[in-house]
Amino acid sequence: MDWTDDGIVIAARKHGESAVILSLLTREHGRHAGLVRGGASSRARGLYQTGNLLRASWRGRLAEHLGSFSCEMLRGYAGPLLDDPQRLGALGAFCALLERALPEREPHPALFDDSLHLLDLLSVPAAGVGADQWAPAYVRWELALLGDMGYGLDLTCCAVTGETDGLAFVSPNTGRAVTAAAAEPWRDKLLRLPDFLQEGGDAYGAAADLAAVRDGLALTGWFLERHVFAPQNLNLPAARTRFVEAFR
Amino acid sequence: MSGPEIERLIQLLGKLPGLGPRSARRAALHLFKKRESLMQPLMAAMTDAAERVRVCGACGNLDTSDPCAICTDGRRDKAIICVVEDVADLWALERASVFRGQYHVLGGVLSALDGIGPDDLSIGRLVNRARGDEVKEVILAMGATVDGQTTAHYLTDRLRDCDVEVTRLAHGVPVGGELDYLDDGTLGAALKARRPL
Repeated sequence: MDWTDDGIVIAARKHGESAVILSLLTREHGRHAGLVRGGASSRARGLYQTGNLLRASWRGRLAEHLGSFSCEMLRGYAGPLLDDPQRLGALGAFCALLERALPEREPHPALFDDSLHLLDLLSVPAAGVGADQWAPAYVRWELALLGDMGYGLDLTCCAVTGETDGLAFVSPNTGRAVTAAAAEPWRDKLLRLPDFLQEGGDAYGAAADLAAVRDGLALTGWFLERHVFAPQNLNLPAARTRFVEAFR
Repeated sequence: MSGPEIERLIQLLGKLPGLGPRSARRAALHLFKKRESLMQPLMAAMTDAAERVRVCGACGNLDTSDPCAICTDGRRDKAIICVVEDVADLWALERASVFRGQYHVLGGVLSALDGIGPDDLSIGRLVNRARGDEVKEVILAMGATVDGQTTAHYLTDRLRDCDVEVTRLAHGVPVGGELDYLDDGTLGAALKARRPL
């Protein structure tokens, strides 16, 4: 068995003295692990930094085997992020969520493309794209992750009135949007819906204020914890918690 | 083929870094051949080291005294603390003889995937040391990896309240490196960290 695919490094754990067990988010094969012999060597270590985009060739005797990867770099996303604590935090949260939440070997091509878009935006120098632009894209990516895992939120119309305008909250139970007027009696119990997540909201990469980003992270965090992590008796990854704290 | 004592020795040697079962067998055989000149001195050295070497309570270095020789050396600059991930990094800096300050060994780096959080590292002790009157600068000498730099940024945040300057090692072209062979990330970091000549 063998295949070649593009993959984003989401984890590289040392195995023995010189090998690593590499976990990639690939376009056609989903989250896929494999052994890389010599992957922990000083020459190869740079290649297997989380966030890097690789062309990976997997080979195994049977499809169920761990198998081994041989990789070449397509784009080094990790390097440009090392200096920026917030972007590096976003990368850490991105990788931790994928590694913990996504089932293995289940293709998610749309999520792969969304992930590449996010990494493209994160790697643009701070002078070009600020946190007010990449952070909303990160929130959208978490929403896409929820959607791809079957827990998408319905933010198209109000769950109570059916209206499409004036949506301001999301029900923490149903994941459906509610208008400000309809939400009035329960507004303390509802999650805020930032403008940039609404239907016809700001375009991908458009700026949003950081309070809206905090609301967006609280919204996606609630549903990630409820649908993805709590059923496995897990908390949200510490990397995501640290990333969210940086926005407070 | 051989007695349980020999098998046990081979098994234990095989657990050392760089030695697999085959090379452990060769090492064991070599030790038996050089019983007087190598095996017995090695045994004595290992017993001595196991009894006397301990972790320095101040910096985390390994030495026979606590505090270690570096911490008690009056000629070293106590105003600068260089934070390293591991004792191996401390030894590398000492081998280079380029730093004459104090050290602090963190004991690893933050790693969400491996479950290593701030409480697993000696961060609290570093913050306490940085609050001391003598300390003026903390150098973060973590690796240029995602985990290393995530830890460096976290430490910067934790040291914000201490009255110290926080710096980090430069990233860029290594001595003897040719641009043609450098990866994009290193080239970008080197260009960003350029300075006037």
